[in-house]
Amino acid sequence: MTRTVLTVDDSRTMRDMLRMALAGAGFNVVEAVDGEHGLEVLSAHRPDVIITDINMPKLDGFGFIEAVRVDDDYRAIPILVLTTESDPAKKDRARRAGATGWIVKPFNPEKLVDAIRRVAA
Amino acid sequence: MDELEAIKVTFFQECEELLADLEGGLLAMQDGNDDGDTVNAVFRAVHSIKGGAGAFGLEPLVRFAHVFETLLDAVRSNEVPSTPDLVATLLRASDVLADHVSSARGLGVVDEAVSAAMAAELKACTDPNAAPAPVVETPVFEAAPVAAAPAEALIGADDALDDDDLGFDFQPMTITIDEQAADVAAAVGNVWTVSIRPKSDLYRKANETALLLRELARLGPIEATLDASAIPPLDLLDAEAAYATWTVRLETEEDETAIREVFEFVDGDCDLEITRGEGLNPDAALAALLAGDAPAAAAAVPVVVAEIPAPVVVEAAPEPVAVAPVVEAAPAPVVAPIAPAAPVAAAPAAAPAAAKTQQIDVPGPGQSVIRVDPERIDRLIDLVGELVINQAMLAQRVGEYGIAPSSNLAMGLDELEQLTREIQDSVMAIRAQPVKSVFQRMPRLVREVASMTGKQARLVMDGENTEVDKTVIERLSDPITHMLRNAIDHGLESPEERKAAGKNPEGVVRLAALHRSGRIVIEVSDDGKGINRERVHSIAIKKGLISPELQLTDEEIDNLIFLPGFSTADKISDVSGRGVGMDVVKRSVQALGGRISITSRPGQGSTFTLSLPLTLAVLDGMVVDVAGETLVVPLAAIVESLRPKPEEVRPLGPVGSVLAVRDSFVPLIDVGLTLGYRDSSPPPTEGVVLLVEGEDGSRAALVADAIHGQRQVVIKSLEQNYQQVDGVAAATILGDGRVALILDVDAVISLRRREPPRPAEPTLIAAE
Repeated sequence: MTRTVLTVDDSRTMRDMLRMALAGAGFNVVEAVDGEHGLEVLSAHRPDVIITDINMPKLDGFGFIEAVRVDDDYRAIPILVLTTESDPAKKDRARRAGATGWIVKPFNPEKLVDAIRRVAA
Repeated sequence: MDELEAIKVTFFQECEELLADLEGGLLAMQDGNDDGDTVNAVFRAVHSIKGGAGAFGLEPLVRFAHVFETLLDAVRSNEVPSTPDLVATLLRASDVLADHVSSARGLGVVDEAVSAAMAAELKACTDPNAAPAPVVETPVFEAAPVAAAPAEALIGADDALDDDDLGFDFQPMTITIDEQAADVAAAVGNVWTVSIRPKSDLYRKANETALLLRELARLGPIEATLDASAIPPLDLLDAEAAYATWTVRLETEEDETAIREVFEFVDGDCDLEITRGEGLNPDAALAALLAGDAPAAAAAVPVVVAEIPAPVVVEAAPEPVAVAPVVEAAPAPVVAPIAPAAPVAAAPAAAPAAAKTQQIDVPGPGQSVIRVDPERIDRLIDLVGELVINQAMLAQRVGEYGIAPSSNLAMGLDELEQLTREIQDSVMAIRAQPVKSVFQRMPRLVREVASMTGKQARLVMDGENTEVDKTVIERLSDPITHMLRNAIDHGLESPEERKAAGKNPEGVVRLAALHRSGRIVIEVSDDGKGINRERVHSIAIKKGLISPELQLTDEEIDNLIFLPGFSTADKISDVSGRGVGMDVVKRSVQALGGRISITSRPGQGSTFTLSLPLTLAVLDGMVVDVAGETLVVPLAAIVESLRPKPEEVRPLGPVGSVLAVRDSFVPLIDVGLTLGYRDSSPPPTEGVVLLVEGEDGSRAALVADAIHGQRQVVIKSLEQNYQQVDGVAAATILGDGRVALILDVDAVISLRRREPPRPAEPTLIAAE
């Protein structure tokens, strides 16, 4: 069973890194470049897990998580946020918005897959 | 790892874009546009560079970016006001950041002292009172240690609700923990009792108790007991609330930290108690839980530690309820613990759909970009060049057979020519790029030169999206750099001088790109003092570049600065005097088939105008015969062609002659003589005259023997294939397969001027 992971990040480098780590671990990866785009891709691909950045143009990570959580179709999808630093305030805000867990950048593929395993059924 | 290297390449490409965004944003802030979006974009640029750099372990870059980012974050949240001074500091910091990126890329070295000073300055801006303290980042995320034996938890509730069991509002739940090591009990592990009471927030964030249990099971064999006693009757049930409490008996070699880590993501979203030992006697707990109603069920619960897998059957107190509410409300409270079963079941259905989407790269909305190896495009352009030549050859051969222009064959050939031309234009458009990539490096240069020379300069850019062939773009950078340096160093006055002259102390340097009649024109202008003509004139005389008696127009004097060996700087400054004079710039521009000129108004500034062909690959030319040789004269330089009448040719001096064209006299230049094809000129009246215009607008009449017609030719570099030849810009292959030289008109004019001294002739008539 291939799980689909949606990655939402405005940095091409970060999307590529995530894709490499996730595809290497056997996940199917779909990508979005900001929160707005993320919501579009979400409805097209119905991912099993979402990994999102926080600082993004148009719709940032907080807004994106909130939008996913208010949608009855998607609110049960686990969302992991990428945080560059262990900034407690940012992490707390992401959790309040409805983030399931978090991944601290820089991550290694094991950490990433581990975090997904912890939140994905 | 190849893939990682490829991503690193992407990262550095992205860095270039981000640095450009950063600078663009900061410049917008400098212009007073400091709305939230701009500041946010600036912050994100640095943030993204830091994030990527962290992924590749580029420590110095990460450290500097972090300090930079911290200040930008403070600006973003209005903790630090955005003042012009601050923006100036940020701009300088962006330059240092760019140096760090280059250094990480292996393309340069960061001046550590500069970087450290900049970092300290940024820190001071962030918090004026803070003592400099090293910022160390410690990732808080730690992977949960993986237990020795892989474990899998499956919570199955036969089916969520069974129509037959109407007597129960909740189905019995069976929790099966499959433990491969069935014999674990033999190993005496440490026993922990973990009590989990989830709050509704836990589920709101899409966390699942069942997943927590599964994670716990990775640490060692578990037995989970659900206390459903808090679940209210269905009619009182809040679908969003959480009622269940789980008590888990865990046997593990891991310590409490490892157990706590399992709950890292749900910290605060559940009441968690971790105690060492058996805690409550499971028998007693179950007995209490099931008190009264289901003694049989209680008896059936295998609580013996040795029995693993250990199915735990929990039956909630039966309470009669109607069917309808059960169905409606069922997903709510039970979903909390049960939910994992649902995604598991649903996933296989989703899988095929998901598989289809694999490997589809999702581009950003509204953008679709293909990345192509430039070599492939170069090859395509080469091939199209060959096609053009071939098409011309074919047309010529057909022409030799004397086929009527109205015949089908000739018309078909015409169409072919048209198509070839269109293909060529389209292919060239692929390689066309906006000059932005060159322009965006200039603000930094201006800042640096201004600070080095003590001038205040503001760069205004225009036409950054003007497109030009990539091969031209690559060679624009040097001349533009030099012209800008020159404009600030020699053009702009010092702030004091400017104030004294009633000008704004901050000088404006303008860099613009535009298309003009099939060429790209780059203009660099300043609002400085303009060229000091007297001084330029006297220097040129002092250096023996011109004779003192020579009468020159203002324009001619201005153009003296392009003469080899001319430099107005009394001392070689750091900035303009890098051993490169404007003459070198001029020559490099000419080598590209370009022209450079200057106009200046005293007290108001100067403008350098650089014009280049849009492409270095093709050229429209006039094919002419000179002394039996075939030459191509670039069409762009030709004003008109004519057959001179004897009375229009007037001798000038012993050898030279001029041509009267309407109201003016134009020097006649025999191309054959100038290029050394022949020793004496035939009378101009026997040949054809091409009236050409040099870069500065000065005209000359080139004498050729015959004109063959107009042709588009593919340029083949002489420098690459042979060597540079004075008066010849490049070569081409004609339709009949012969090689023809392409004339460098400006060079021919100046060659003729440099011909052996003739008494009557000035040694120089300004620049061409």
